[in-house]
Amino acid sequence: MNFALSHLQLALPEIVLLTAICLVLLVDLFVTEKTRGTTYMLAQLSLVAVLLCTLATAVDKPLLAFSDMFVRDRMGDILKIFIYAITFAGFLYSKSYLKMRDISFGEFYVLGLFGVLGMMILISAHSLLTVYLGLELMSLSMYAMVALQRDSAVASESAMKYFVLGAIASGLLLYGMSMLYGVTGSLDLGRISQGVVQHKANIVLIFGLVFIIVGVAFKLGAVPFHMWVPDVYQGSATAVTLYIGTAPKIAAFAMLMRLLVDGLQPLQAEWRDILIILAIASLAVGNIVAIAQTNIKRMLAYSTISHVGFLLLGVIAGTAEGYSAAMFYVLIYSLMALGAFGMIILLSRFGFEAEQLDSFKGLNQRSPWFAFMMLILMFSMAGVPPFIGFWAKLAVLTAVINIQLTWLAIVAVLFSIVGAVYYLRIVKLMYFDTPQDSQALECSTDMRVLMSINGVLVLLLGLNPGLILSLCAEVMAK
Amino acid sequence: MFENHLLSLLIWTPILGGILVLATGGDKNSAEARALALVFSIATFVISLLVYHKFILGTAQMQFAELYDWFNFGTLRAYYHLGIDGISLPLIVLTTFTTIIVVVAGWEVIQFKAAQYMAAFLIMEGLMIGVFAALDAALFYVFWEAMLIPMFIVIGVWGGQRRVYATFKFFLYTFFGSVFMLVALVYLAQKGGNFEILQMYATPLNKNEQVLIFLAFLIAFAVKVPMWPVHTWLPDAHVEAPTGGSVVLAAIMLKLGAYGFLRFSLPITPDASHQLDWLMITLSLIAVVYIGFVALVQQDMKKLIAYSSISHMGFVTLGFFIVWAITAQQGNNIGAVMGIEGALVQMISHGFVSGAMFLCVGVMYDRLHSRMIKDYGGVVNTMPMFAAFMLFFAMANAGLPGTSGFVGEFMVILSSFRASFWYAFLAGTTLIIGAAYTLWMVKRVLFGAIQNEGVAKLQDLNRREFFVLGSLAVMVLFFGIYPAPLLEVMDASVTNLVRHIGQSKLLVPGG
Repeated sequence: MNFALSHLQLALPEIVLLTAICLVLLVDLFVTEKTRGTTYMLAQLSLVAVLLCTLATAVDKPLLAFSDMFVRDRMGDILKIFIYAITFAGFLYSKSYLKMRDISFGEFYVLGLFGVLGMMILISAHSLLTVYLGLELMSLSMYAMVALQRDSAVASESAMKYFVLGAIASGLLLYGMSMLYGVTGSLDLGRISQGVVQHKANIVLIFGLVFIIVGVAFKLGAVPFHMWVPDVYQGSATAVTLYIGTAPKIAAFAMLMRLLVDGLQPLQAEWRDILIILAIASLAVGNIVAIAQTNIKRMLAYSTISHVGFLLLGVIAGTAEGYSAAMFYVLIYSLMALGAFGMIILLSRFGFEAEQLDSFKGLNQRSPWFAFMMLILMFSMAGVPPFIGFWAKLAVLTAVINIQLTWLAIVAVLFSIVGAVYYLRIVKLMYFDTPQDSQALECSTDMRVLMSINGVLVLLLGLNPGLILSLCAEVMAK
Repeated sequence: MFENHLLSLLIWTPILGGILVLATGGDKNSAEARALALVFSIATFVISLLVYHKFILGTAQMQFAELYDWFNFGTLRAYYHLGIDGISLPLIVLTTFTTIIVVVAGWEVIQFKAAQYMAAFLIMEGLMIGVFAALDAALFYVFWEAMLIPMFIVIGVWGGQRRVYATFKFFLYTFFGSVFMLVALVYLAQKGGNFEILQMYATPLNKNEQVLIFLAFLIAFAVKVPMWPVHTWLPDAHVEAPTGGSVVLAAIMLKLGAYGFLRFSLPITPDASHQLDWLMITLSLIAVVYIGFVALVQQDMKKLIAYSSISHMGFVTLGFFIVWAITAQQGNNIGAVMGIEGALVQMISHGFVSGAMFLCVGVMYDRLHSRMIKDYGGVVNTMPMFAAFMLFFAMANAGLPGTSGFVGEFMVILSSFRASFWYAFLAGTTLIIGAAYTLWMVKRVLFGAIQNEGVAKLQDLNRREFFVLGSLAVMVLFFGIYPAPLLEVMDASVTNLVRHIGQSKLLVPGG
């Protein structure tokens, strides 16, 4: 066992977060109905603390720790920082929603933070064991969060579905990992990578690869492993949907990178073909089925699936440019999804869930500013410039065209035209239809500010896409 | 400091204005919103006149160039690069002029969310100028696509009965076309290392690549022009759009497609353009002749003008693509230059004339809320002033000598004679068909006995409407009698373009 004190420093953010969670958990025991804002404040504070820790201990080049089980690199740091920011914003959006629905603050925020811890470990994993540890910590928190509304039959049903399917996917992933271990004799991703080169012809490796991809595809929600996504998105409380639909995607992207790129890069030719099929299927099913939805959460679930297809395209390219495009895509996607789910929360009031598309009707007449923010988000998701979503798509397309897969780029843009229909429909409902009730939206100031920042950021980043693009490019250039 | 940033000023002034207009808020402050919109549209027009004044004739160089780094990302290297030549300048001035007209025309007519209406048009103006001024393909594409958003809103919010259908059709058609162009642009950028349009002109491409890129561009631009058979969105969009939307669509947006052919298709893929010019000429002639007949049977005035627009734009694309046929026949470039210049004059003229025709229909629609020809008749008895204007614009639409409509058509027909008698013959039939559908409509609407009570109660033009139609009439007459200012601005650039596309890219070593 190789262990040095300096290793603790690399894992400082994780350690701090774990300590903070325990603290929040303890404090929550003594919090009364009146002071339950304390839990929320503490949860947010711990995210800020972790952010500061991550910045303070940031690394320039990849460093390994704890017998090479744990890696700290620039990609991981940036992904983590985005996860903190997105979770912070998500917690803020959720506050009033939870209060109105009497969902316990303590469990929600603690589970949310545990989930973040899981994501961080997953991102920093450099061994199959750490990958699995992080994945399960993240997933178990999310299963529990979906089930938080224990009186709701729908929520329980989707929690059950999520758990059972998630367990099967984890099982498949473990099975794949065991095959890799069997062939290469190591759990360490670096050594697996070397071992794969020696045993390239071994058919067991391909089997292992397939199982691993199935596991990852499930977590990402790529077709045909997407069945859980619409049901879970629809069944969960909107605050939980927001949580599940944003930050964990970043973590799932990291898992994809760690396993396929850090670990199985030598098998690129094999996994590329599999991913192409997954990507096209996701683009097709996601975009086409989304058109038929009347429930906004379900629609966004299918939209997620289609975005995952785009994200995979970047990885398929298999070049530094492609990886950075995919990373850019996942970061931008989570920013847009955050805003979209935030808007659903905003539209929901006491005793009313803004789940149907019709609740967006006439929003421009009720609250022009929020309608405008949603317009930005929808056009951005559809990939219309000047919003940032367009550049994310363009980056991915460029990577794909650069490896001479122009036909794949054309397939992708064709499906994005199909996708434009359902985003436009939201705009149509907001702007062209008359409202069902004329009340302006009411919300707290912090939420109003956050929503505005969220929307304006999508626009401003779109005018200056180089900001995040160059960050991603720099991280991936090896 | 603004001296060197005139184009940026031209793009961002209306956009900023649009944001300020939006900030005036709800319908309470409509008066302020309108005034502000007018101020900004006039300011933009003044800046464009300044640009016109400072424009140096006799050179094909890009002028008023601005070049800044925008972003880098692997092979994606994009610049904020602006510049105009003689081809884009007239279109920019047309854009700024038309926006004033649209703002004034919507003054009292638009009562619902007037601030958003005005803001949409101002922002659209900035984006359209951006399309004409962009010299970086990424920048071009951003303006090109972003423009769809305000138009989508304009048709959808202030449009007629079937507005949702029309605006979706409009958006999806254009979006569909554009994405192919995007793939082609990325491919070109990857070859050249950046998105510079002027650099793409020199990028060597083999035949196969050229044909595919040409087709990708064709889908994008043909939808926008629109060319037969991808024109069906236009009548729907025109009919359902509010008057201002129809005017901008007809006067400027259609020109964007034609501009795209000149800026991208011809210079980047000259050999493919040459190889496929028969296709383009055929499609153009079908548009001119067939769509002309379609216009003849329309019951709805807006639809009739929409089809007439498609037919007129067929002239424009004909003028662009007969270039090779002429040079092959003549051995020099003079006829080819005239063809393209005629097409450009036709674009500008059509901007004025079709805009004016839509405004005329708008004037009647505001009073009787009908666009159907059968609901009118004998309008001249109650609205003599209006009838005079409408008749004048109808004559211009039919290509009467002395109006701007004649100049462009005549130049294109003349140069197509040098290509082939049959091109000229078919194109020439438009003078008859065009006169037939326009004048027949005018006859049924304006003349004869008063048909119904509605027409009997019509009020003639008010001062605002008189100003709008009057200023357009002045432009139509001016360029009809004295087109020289227009021609001398574009001459150097067009000559240079024709010289460039005459050179095969296939001969480039390694190409």
